[in-house]
Amino acid sequence: MKEVTLEIDGKVVRAKEGMTILQAAKEAGIEIPTLCYHEEMEPYGVCRICVVEIERGGRSRTVASCCYPVEEGLKVRTRTPKIERVRKTILELAAITAGEDVGGEVRALAFQYGANLSRFVSLGLVEPSKCILCGLCVRRCIEAQWDNAIDFVGRGVGRRVALMPGKEEACKTCSYCYRVCPTGRITSFGPNPPFSPP
Amino acid sequence: MGEGMRERLRGPEELERWRERLRRERDPSALLFTVNVRSACGLAAGSEEVAKRLEEEVEGRGLAGRIVRTGCNGFCEKEPVVTVYPDETFYVGVRSEDVPELVEGVEKGKVVDRLLYQDPVTGQRIRKASDLPFYRHQQKLLLSLNGRIDPTRIEDYIAEGGYRALAKALFELTPEQVLEEVKRSGLRGRGGGGFPTGRKWETTRKAPGEPKYVIVNCDEGDPGAFMDRSLMEGNPHSVLEGLIIGAYAIGSHQGFIYVREEYPLAVENIGIAIEQARECGLLGEDILGSGFDFEVEVHRGAGAFVSGESSALMTAIEGRVGEPRPKYIHTAVKGIHDKPSCLNNVETWANVPLIILNGAEWFRKIGTEGSPGTKIFSLVGKVNNTGLVEVPMGITLRKIIFEIGGGIKGGKRFKAVQTGGPSGGVIPEQYLDTPVDFDELTKLGSMMGSGGMIVMDEDTCMVDVARFFIHFLLEESCGKCIPCREGLRVLDRILTDLCLGKGKEEDLKTIEEICEAMAEASLCALGTTAVNPVLTTMRYFGEEYEAHLKGRCPAKVCKALTAYFINPDKCQGCLVCFKNCPTGAIQGEREMVHVIEQEKCIKCGICYAVCPFGAVEKLSPPVAPPATYGIKAKKEVRK
Repeated sequence: MKEVTLEIDGKVVRAKEGMTILQAAKEAGIEIPTLCYHEEMEPYGVCRICVVEIERGGRSRTVASCCYPVEEGLKVRTRTPKIERVRKTILELAAITAGEDVGGEVRALAFQYGANLSRFVSLGLVEPSKCILCGLCVRRCIEAQWDNAIDFVGRGVGRRVALMPGKEEACKTCSYCYRVCPTGRITSFGPNPPFSPP
Repeated sequence: MGEGMRERLRGPEELERWRERLRRERDPSALLFTVNVRSACGLAAGSEEVAKRLEEEVEGRGLAGRIVRTGCNGFCEKEPVVTVYPDETFYVGVRSEDVPELVEGVEKGKVVDRLLYQDPVTGQRIRKASDLPFYRHQQKLLLSLNGRIDPTRIEDYIAEGGYRALAKALFELTPEQVLEEVKRSGLRGRGGGGFPTGRKWETTRKAPGEPKYVIVNCDEGDPGAFMDRSLMEGNPHSVLEGLIIGAYAIGSHQGFIYVREEYPLAVENIGIAIEQARECGLLGEDILGSGFDFEVEVHRGAGAFVSGESSALMTAIEGRVGEPRPKYIHTAVKGIHDKPSCLNNVETWANVPLIILNGAEWFRKIGTEGSPGTKIFSLVGKVNNTGLVEVPMGITLRKIIFEIGGGIKGGKRFKAVQTGGPSGGVIPEQYLDTPVDFDELTKLGSMMGSGGMIVMDEDTCMVDVARFFIHFLLEESCGKCIPCREGLRVLDRILTDLCLGKGKEEDLKTIEEICEAMAEASLCALGTTAVNPVLTTMRYFGEEYEAHLKGRCPAKVCKALTAYFINPDKCQGCLVCFKNCPTGAIQGEREMVHVIEQEKCIKCGICYAVCPFGAVEKLSPPVAPPATYGIKAKKEVRK
């Protein structure tokens, strides 16, 4: 396979063509935070916490590193002041549905980026459900061949994860979603909690 | 009609022969009425009744006249419109009861003056459409046939030169030459992004993978925009012809026309167009005997604003929920089922036949260096002449609003114009002389978008405007990514609070932080551009945000920050407001100064509207000197 050379945070990195920036960074030992990414699943690109700045042809852009394929000569910066600010805001926004007492990776990152998880929660916009709608559980469920026991329902701010009707029995049989949830939301599996009916 | 059954055309010569026959059969000096029936706006205005009445009347009088049901003429403000040929008399606001007089006039060779457009400035009646200020400054390339042909009859389109460009492309040019011509023309995508069309085509053409798809995006969902709708309703063949030519250049044999469900007439008309084109051998296998095959399918969208985003639209065509997906590899390379897919909006495709027929040089002479061609805008809001406007790029905003649009309604002052739909920005008065093209609007923090243009007058509150668009986008967001879904939710709350007078000092900083996160990190353009209305109103009307923080709405729009009071010096004690108040909030007696009880007042503004003496005043902040009951009204001295 063809290899490309790029620069991440000043470090020259060689990566296989077709890899994403996130994968290349990881191999080079550079950490980029993620919430909706799982190395065993296709990238989904919805939490946007993995954004980085890239420079191409003298113009810089912000992209989600989990989806952006590496390119020859690409210059990537993963921790500029702007990126740090954006990540902090995203964590604060995620807390609206996740709740200020959210656990898991969200809490760890909030500490790291100095995010105030109660900043928007205090506006009382919504009853927190501990879910950030990253879709890891849903995608895991699909890939686990349980024929979509859970899925997203609703659009926009009405979006949530629900147990599909008639799939209660299938849902009892594994705990895959439990293991990938970045908020510590999924505490048990089975027909009733934690997933709401559609 | 003597046009008979449609036959399959087996070559460009047969197409030309048919066209000549159609033209011969149409005596240009014959009597002809056109009514804008095949358009949603015309139908709503009652044009079908007018057309039926015309038919009865023409037949009843034994006149040899033909009635053609056309698409929208653009002048939505004055519909239904009837044009009488050959002398091109243009009647506006025609009701079915006006028809007998109109036809009698035609029979006797007289013009019915009262149905002609009256210039509001000079008071003069104008007979021909082309002399109207509304049309005079326009340059109609794409819309020229909209008010002339019946979109449900391919013969009408053929007679006007339709499919000639397709024949030229297929028989005189190689796909590479067609592509080259479009590239040289400098045509940029009319959907909003302004990406060079030829380059997009080339990307799809060169991308590995078969089959390749071509797609028409007719999912216009911007409030107040109807360019794509009108074109699809009024001249669907022009879009179809452009699509087939594009498919030929790109090497595609399958197309999709994505039309939102809310456009039933557009769906119907394009369906008819496809069927007729297929009958004539202009679509399907071996088009015009050239050996080129192309099929097309209409996909009815569920009518979500976000489905107009290219990756979301393609996901919808695949049969899944129309949500965007990360597309760092362009959809032109990996689109529908990960195959190369070239998507352009309705107006972009409709430009293609013109470019192929007249050449890239001709096209480049219209508009500006960086943005050649014309652009259709839907001009709405507080402007006298609302409607569809096609102008060369580079025309100033002032010319569009004040000359074509006829200025601001009710003699009010212009305040701002919002371009580019909900994700565009507002542009204040000092930039009215900016030439309109893709790059200039972007420089001002707004954008071309698909061409919505909302004119706002002095009675518009800019914080309220930002709130309106953010609320619209909040309801239209798919909710997939965090910055867009949650960012819009917080922005909506903060802007609503500002309008309610509950804003806090730190809100402006919070808005900026959220806007930055949304613009930088959202998954698709709905999120990244949603900040434009907020950022531009803050940039150009920052003082209004400050005023809202202090409990004042300078435009006196936000209800929580305004109240109505009666000026005791002007009140004549006439009881008009008293009688009209729906909540009984006004206390008053004849010849005594009236008072509004603020607790009962719902701020509907009826008293303000009905007071003949201008005694009712709207104040922001809502504080007025305490009025006392029981004072005798000071009588105005009438001279």
